[in-house]
Amino acid sequence: MTRAMTVPKHRTGIPGFDLISEGGLPRARATLVAGTAGSAKTVFATHFLASGIVHDDEPGVFVTFEDRVEDIRANMLGFGWDIAGWEKSGKWTFIDAAPDPEEPTSVVGSFDLSALLSRIERAVKKLGAKRISLDSLNALFVQFPNQPILRAELFRITTKLKQLGVTVLFTGERIDEYGEVTRHGIEEFVADNVIILRNLLDNERRRRTIEILKLRGAPHQRGEFPFTITSRDGIIVIPLSGIELTQTSSTKRVTSGVTRLDEMCGGGIFRDSILLVSGATGTGKTLLVTQFMAGGFAAGERCLLFAFEESKDQLFRNAAAWGFDFAKMEESGRLKVVNRYPHAMAMEDHLVEMQQLVHDFKPNRVAVDSLSALERVSSLRSFREFVISLTSFLKKEETAGLFTSTTPSLLGGGSVTEKHISTLTDSIILLRYVESYGEMLRSIVLLKMRGSHHDSSIRQYTIDESGMHIGEPFKHVVGILSGNPTWNLDGSEDER
Amino acid sequence: MASELRLKLFIAGDSPRAREAAANLARAVAALANGGAQVEMVDVLEDPEAADEYRILTTPTVVREAPAPRRRVTGDLGDTAQVLAALALFPSPPTT
Repeated sequence: MTRAMTVPKHRTGIPGFDLISEGGLPRARATLVAGTAGSAKTVFATHFLASGIVHDDEPGVFVTFEDRVEDIRANMLGFGWDIAGWEKSGKWTFIDAAPDPEEPTSVVGSFDLSALLSRIERAVKKLGAKRISLDSLNALFVQFPNQPILRAELFRITTKLKQLGVTVLFTGERIDEYGEVTRHGIEEFVADNVIILRNLLDNERRRRTIEILKLRGAPHQRGEFPFTITSRDGIIVIPLSGIELTQTSSTKRVTSGVTRLDEMCGGGIFRDSILLVSGATGTGKTLLVTQFMAGGFAAGERCLLFAFEESKDQLFRNAAAWGFDFAKMEESGRLKVVNRYPHAMAMEDHLVEMQQLVHDFKPNRVAVDSLSALERVSSLRSFREFVISLTSFLKKEETAGLFTSTTPSLLGGGSVTEKHISTLTDSIILLRYVESYGEMLRSIVLLKMRGSHHDSSIRQYTIDESGMHIGEPFKHVVGILSGNPTWNLDGSEDER
Repeated sequence: MASELRLKLFIAGDSPRAREAAANLARAVAALANGGAQVEMVDVLEDPEAADEYRILTTPTVVREAPAPRRRVTGDLGDTAQVLAALALFPSPPTT
């Protein structure tokens, strides 16, 4: 397995892909991007050239065997890729190799692809192209059903392109998501490297993944990584295992928005820490979110709130009832409230949109209310990936985060959400009902706080028109967290 | 029947296959009922622009330019009957 030399990589510029491929596609080699119909092969092939032009000023050649040139120009405009403009400025050349339905070609005897090679060679040299995409090879096999000739000729074209120092991307069609690599076995004779794009059904939801099957002579990350397609950035790969989950590194503390909670934390929360607030419905999670935002705002911070449960009106009305004027705060430009329906998008799309908003708004703190709402509309795997990605992203941006999670039972208990993300967050705050003689009391406990001493007592709190008020520890009751509070009022609780 | 038959033969360099295709095409043209056709040879290695313009991928390829509609056939053109059929042209009837 040891190799003295690894192949130099050609940075693609496709977000996330260069991370999982540890640098991009092998330079001056051929890579096959294979996928079923609708797996975004053409977008990938186009993105590869587009980002070469945009980021590295590298011209590219696009050979289309299937789609009409004018269709590609029009379709890719949606991603902000002005192919027609690049053609004018000598950055992009199409080689139209799509069959003309009006003018079918008959085959009589043996032939070669010299004309195609000659056209490609001319375009590459004229442009000084560093990248070429050929989309899709299967269409060529449909046009000319003479497999041995095509195989030999494609091998000749690939060899020539490598000699010219061009990084080559072929696309090929697959029949099954987990079957043979391609329909015509293209990978065997053209590609040093194989990437697979999948478009799967996961719990009745579409989920796109990318897998680097082989990258000859070069290291890369293994397994499937989720990706999504946005109109702003094209393909975005979410490089999960490329993510390092760093722990809180900042020693600077900021307010949680509740003075007594800050005291319980030992003087506020860390500036880049992630808090999870867990509680049953009505315990005051949204209130805590509201105070978290308002507290940050009062301290001069920029605050971003993602609300997945309540409408803006509702949220602002609640905040107003507790004495916080969110409308006015938003007017000032330092608070931004984003309301989304959890089921409106796939988890990957939520993630990418949230990252973009954080990127653009540059908040000091972010709240998500609630994670449970998102969990309900996703598969467990997608959800966990989402939380990992979001957490690590916020940490990288040195942003404080507060996520809420709704527990299913009123008393005690935990939720699936917590089970899967509690290890990812720096601090966990539990809000729990305590059944007392004829009334429901509320309790708060700081279950964990990384890197700091903290108050571990279970305290009572109340909610009124000015917000949350944390009081004294419960002295005469045990079993709050397990949901079975037992009161012991004879004053002997300390003597056990 | 004065409509002129114009053919373009795209080849890649002066190869044995190119010469074979040219000879085969000449044989097919000679078999035509009306006899005669203008045959223009285009070398794609020297003139890739023409290959672009005519969207040629394979060589040898014959394009029937006129009369319309355009037709095209690729290969070494060994089978005269097939070549003429692909170009929608008709051979002279066998002499009795």
